[in-house]
Amino acid sequence: MPDSGELPATKAVRAPPRRRGHGAVAAVLAGPALALIVLFLIGPLACVALLSLTDYQLGAATLNFVGGKNYAEMLSDRVFQKSLTNTLIYVAITVPGSVLLGLGAALLIEADKSLRAFYRAIYFLPVMATLIAMSIVWELMLHPQFGIVNQVVKTLGFARVDWLQNQSIVLFTLCGIGIWQSLGFNMVLFMAGLTSIPKDLYEAAAVDGADLAIDRFRLVTWPMLGPVTLFVIVISAIRSFQVFDTVQVLTKGGPNKASEVLLYTMYSEGFEFFRSGYASAVTMVFLLFVLGLSAFKVFVLDKRVHYA
Amino acid sequence: MAATGAGTPAADGPARSRRGAVALRQISKSFGRQSVLEQISLDIAPGEFLTILGPSGCGKSTLLRIIAGLEVQDAGSIAIDGQPVDHLRPAARVIAMVFQSYALYPHLSVLDNIAMPLRLSRLNLLQRLPGVRYLHPGTRRVATEITQAARQVAGILRIEDLLARKPRQLSGGQKQRVALGRAMVREPRVFLMDEPLSNLDAELRVHMRSEIAQLHRRLGTTCIYVTHDQAEAMTMSDRIVVMMQGVALQVAPPKAIYEDPSDLRVARFVGSPAINVLPGTVAAGSGIDVLGARLPLAVGLPVGTHVTVAARPQALSLTARPAGPSLTGRLVHIENLGSDLFLHAGIEGVAAPVVVRHDPALANMPGLGDMIAIALAAGRMLVFDGQGRRLTFEPEAAAARHVHA
Repeated sequence: MPDSGELPATKAVRAPPRRRGHGAVAAVLAGPALALIVLFLIGPLACVALLSLTDYQLGAATLNFVGGKNYAEMLSDRVFQKSLTNTLIYVAITVPGSVLLGLGAALLIEADKSLRAFYRAIYFLPVMATLIAMSIVWELMLHPQFGIVNQVVKTLGFARVDWLQNQSIVLFTLCGIGIWQSLGFNMVLFMAGLTSIPKDLYEAAAVDGADLAIDRFRLVTWPMLGPVTLFVIVISAIRSFQVFDTVQVLTKGGPNKASEVLLYTMYSEGFEFFRSGYASAVTMVFLLFVLGLSAFKVFVLDKRVHYA
Repeated sequence: MAATGAGTPAADGPARSRRGAVALRQISKSFGRQSVLEQISLDIAPGEFLTILGPSGCGKSTLLRIIAGLEVQDAGSIAIDGQPVDHLRPAARVIAMVFQSYALYPHLSVLDNIAMPLRLSRLNLLQRLPGVRYLHPGTRRVATEITQAARQVAGILRIEDLLARKPRQLSGGQKQRVALGRAMVREPRVFLMDEPLSNLDAELRVHMRSEIAQLHRRLGTTCIYVTHDQAEAMTMSDRIVVMMQGVALQVAPPKAIYEDPSDLRVARFVGSPAINVLPGTVAAGSGIDVLGARLPLAVGLPVGTHVTVAARPQALSLTARPAGPSLTGRLVHIENLGSDLFLHAGIEGVAAPVVVRHDPALANMPGLGDMIAIALAAGRMLVFDGQGRRLTFEPEAAAARHVHA
């Protein structure tokens, strides 16, 4: 027993001085990055958090600390409730839509070598194009009378649809544009994931008898795409929570708040009604969702999908 | 170890050794303009352990992949047990392959990895859906049988304790065993192994070498094994195919490949230290001149023809008073391997030093820098023509020398 008593003691004596030296050097080396993070991320965030507890109005000379009043107001604010619900619906439709279609497009394009670069470029165009400009194009295409979409609908023998003016349709129209816009981005990520799957695994699957495409997908493709899929889902969700451009250009949250979303509420409260305090509180709710998604990725899913 | 195998499906002896005959007929393959395989024909007997040996890029892996059905040949045909399999998918050929990278499914446990070939062959798509086995008794029965078969194979490979682990929690040797288990569980007609040991460290490689050989003896399944490592080929095989640049140079048992190579490239590739290669000329009066020494060998070629005389280090010996043909050189390096001494002698007219095996127990040990005389035992020389083809001696000329069978 004396031996086992010795060992930890020597370790304990030796380790600390080295570790202390390490700490000082580490602090110096991490310092600049830390300072920038505080200055540009944590600082502004703290300001917004503090502002959300005041009644500050943009341009006002004074402000009063009002505690949780802004948050309490949010609970009873019909516009905010509508905005939050709309945003969640938007995320719930856009994320699976763009992830599954992106995966499908990636699998189709990877299945055949010919014209691969061409298809990839076509699908990626909406990602590179400015969404504001694209929204104007969509506005023209969705015009109830002259838009090409309704022309097609009419030719096919259906009644015209008020894509952007109908309260019960407008949110889904925006979802469609959202999927169209982020599909290409997801597809490119999936294609990168597909090319990194070792060929050996497909060959092993072929020797083992995975003759159906669905077997190869279940046995190799899908599990090996796990890390990419997780990343794509989280990125898509965060991007979907940030929907703003299309709403601003096409609907301004209307008609009758049917397409009101979180960032648009934040924008109109802060920069149209100048209620900076309340807008800050809305921002905090928005940040909570985004942070929650990131935490979910880091702490829960990352541990379950990496094999190496 | 023998006890665990009794009565297991993977080890039911004589009946199995009847199957697994592989016949390759003039297999050719090229990638673009690059010809990889040229007219390879081979007959592999049921239960044989055949090694395809060659340097990297010689086409040996491509040949294996063509047999597996992962690659399609440009010409030629493959038959297993007399039936052509050219049109069959890999799984339908009832073969199993062990990959260099092991290619285990990283998200599945060891048990699931081993059981996968049986699940894919014995359960249909619907039955393989998660949870179906709990609802459908027929599926449950088959699933239980599959699990038992996988456990039995794991028992043979002594990896029963690892069944719940994921591949990332295994060492290289353990992954190797799982890959073997996945290959064994289907009871294939032929095992195909593509450099299965090259990712292991040297010690484990030697160990797995004997383990695979033992496993083969026990299962009796035909095995086609691809390697660039001559030690693996020499120690494990019934026969070796030496391949270079897409051509099968020689097919023979290890002993014949080493002692009786039919091609200079085979002689050079196999053997460590490498065979000594000396320039020779056919001399008048049935003999070969090698750097001034006259070997009494009649090869039946015109006088003045250039030939190559090759000698293993053990076919050469030190001599104090040269009686027969000999060479003289300066000792430049001594390699002491304990059991053997290899003396490197610089000889005028040859670029590489000539290596002579010497018994460390003998007393006549020269020092570095000494001039030594090397006796050439004419009967143990291998003679090749200008194209590297082996030449046979006229019997009367070599009769006086000792010749091995």
